Amino acid sequence: MSTATARKASPRDAGLTPTLRGAGRESILSRTAAMLIMGIFTLYFLIPIFWLLVSATKTQDQFTSTAPLWFTPEAIPNFISNIGRLFSYDDNVFIKWIVNSVLYAGLGAFVSTIIASMCGYALAKYGFRGREAVFNVVLSGVLVPATALALPLFLIFSKIQLTNTFWAVFLPSIVSPFGVYLARIYAASSVPDELLEAARLDGSGELRTFFTVAARLMAPALVTIFLFQFVAIWNNFFLPLIMLRDQTLFPVTLGLYAWNSQISQIPELRSLVIVGAFVSIVPLIIAFLSLQRFWSGGLAAGSVK
Amino acid sequence: MQRKIMAAATLVAVASTLALAGCSSSSSSTDSASTASSCAPSGGKVNLTYTSWVPGMDKVVDLWNQKNPDIQVTVQTGPNGNSGTYQNFFNEIKAGNAPDLGQIEYDALPNFRVQNGLVDISSCANVTDSKSKFIDFTWKQVTLGDAKGVYAIPQDSGPIAMYYRKDLFDAAGIPVPTTWDEYAADAAKIKALGSYITNFPKSDVNWFAGMVWQNGGDWFKNDGSNWTVDLTSAKSTQVADYWQKLISAGEVSKLASFSDEWNNSFNTGQQWTWISAVWGATTLSSGAPDTAGKWAVAPMPQWTSGGKAAGDWGGSSTAVLTGSKHPYEAAQFALWLNTDPDALALENKLGGLYPAATAGADLPAFQSGSDFYGGQKIYDVFKTAAAQVNPDFTWGPTMTQTYTDVSDGFGTALSGGGTLDDALKVGQDKTIAALKAQSIPVNG
Repeated sequence: MSTATARKASPRDAGLTPTLRGAGRESILSRTAAMLIMGIFTLYFLIPIFWLLVSATKTQDQFTSTAPLWFTPEAIPNFISNIGRLFSYDDNVFIKWIVNSVLYAGLGAFVSTIIASMCGYALAKYGFRGREAVFNVVLSGVLVPATALALPLFLIFSKIQLTNTFWAVFLPSIVSPFGVYLARIYAASSVPDELLEAARLDGSGELRTFFTVAARLMAPALVTIFLFQFVAIWNNFFLPLIMLRDQTLFPVTLGLYAWNSQISQIPELRSLVIVGAFVSIVPLIIAFLSLQRFWSGGLAAGSVK
Repeated sequence: MQRKIMAAATLVAVASTLALAGCSSSSSSTDSASTASSCAPSGGKVNLTYTSWVPGMDKVVDLWNQKNPDIQVTVQTGPNGNSGTYQNFFNEIKAGNAPDLGQIEYDALPNFRVQNGLVDISSCANVTDSKSKFIDFTWKQVTLGDAKGVYAIPQDSGPIAMYYRKDLFDAAGIPVPTTWDEYAADAAKIKALGSYITNFPKSDVNWFAGMVWQNGGDWFKNDGSNWTVDLTSAKSTQVADYWQKLISAGEVSKLASFSDEWNNSFNTGQQWTWISAVWGATTLSSGAPDTAGKWAVAPMPQWTSGGKAAGDWGGSSTAVLTGSKHPYEAAQFALWLNTDPDALALENKLGGLYPAATAGADLPAFQSGSDFYGGQKIYDVFKTAAAQVNPDFTWGPTMTQTYTDVSDGFGTALSGGGTLDDALKVGQDKTIAALKAQSIPVNG
């Protein structure tokens, strides 16, 4: 049955080629229009980031008195001193936040990728009673917004006295229903049953087969799941807001939010929030740029086969 | 194994919804059990937790911890009250693990009171005797109209005065207004010069309440059991009509307060005055650095010539939250935190608080002239204003909702689609509906 799914997938992949060739025959007009629209949207998404970059190079006074979208002559020294103030403010608490975010998002995405891929692989490759039922339950998990789960989670974690700990944010982060879905689809189409049977004949245990054979074939899916989950945890704000009280446990999103809410009392925080917001997106950009290679490379490899 | 986790997660989600329902129904029965008449020391070493969003509060508490080895306090922090900390308190009170003490602003105290979130600490040693140590109106804020109960210790306050551009008023030969009539007359003159006398803040409904407060208006009353909502009283509508005239004449700007353009309008001399609280001094000096030395502070304009009334904008308290096992120790800490001169000085230096304790006005930080305000000893003005704030102003139990509804109406009024009066009427109706929806007894 899963072989059938795998076969079904390959003609669809092959079908991509004519469309790609067809692209060459498009009229110049429609191509320009497409480029124009894409250009506008690129600007639309990049301008806020550019604003953030420019603002990070300004002193408090310059926010209101200089052009919002261009640098001042003393941009570089300002930027360095802003970063210095950001990192040293309140006993270097910002560095702790960044480290926390990296831990929550990095470890959380790593563990959730392993769990989701194993789960998806099992759902794709093992026939057992109630398989579709389990899968449907997991799928329905995709539909429940994380925000809706935060309060029930808080009450449960309160009972087991885990609120205001690392685990309160970490444990809910390692669950990724969407990852399971993705892993199942990908495992079904990219891991041939014959290969698994061969591995079994060679005496490899199921776990070993998963890690040495299946996981490698599923690599693009794993990277995708990791990235999705990394971004989701990095940006998750509501769960830490509800769970954490000790500011040394805060992820950077919650920390910046807390600073932002104190601006009316401590106006100097305003520039720190802006510089902090800029610094906080840097790890995301790094993660995307460094993993994108594996991601798109893997997808292409799949289509050639 | 993963299957089990998923199934468990679903079960957990369902179970917790049930648990939530259970919690909310039981919370009403916990009633005033916490209002124990005895407030005895626990004996032995006690650990307390205290949640506050005042910057630098951990340093203040370090001071206490050094002096009180038997009562150790851990500071927890988060965003300011309405940005999430209040909701967290309510969640924690439901879950039974609220901190012993929490920072709560005056306008949110009644909400915590009606939800049984506060411990009455009046029977704890030294608490009722401390009344005289605090500015009159702040103490009234924490007793919530109940002669016997004390539900928190006042922390800071926000008496209102008028910041104004001395240089501009002098240069234009316009008299600095002392009454609201003069203020309106000046507004027209300043408009003719191409500037604004001030900005009308559509979202700061608690600022507007401060104006009503000064006029002797009262938005809420509580006779012990029933609430009365009075957003549309004569005093309140008088204030609304006054500002409506300025808005209709285009004599006030309509910027979003605390925004960049708002700061900029102060920095470039587009605003000649700002009627604001004591904490606004640093907001102004950091938002409008180019105007340093040109500002001064005078009492609020008065409704009657020679009047002596001020309003309040902001201020918070330290409350003992339901579920605390050590109300005695918590109350002693709260008293120290808000009356000890060293603690007050540090809170002002690190967190910018203007103390609710009368002794706070004597802090060295408030004695010297401020360069930004042309060397004027501006805190003398605020000290006088603090004593002139009417003690009888009461906040309602659903202020967040009232603020939102009135602010929506203000927005409509600023864009010409209605009046401030209409906004108050809508706020009045919706507040009564909200109280009824929460089964809080309300007249009318």
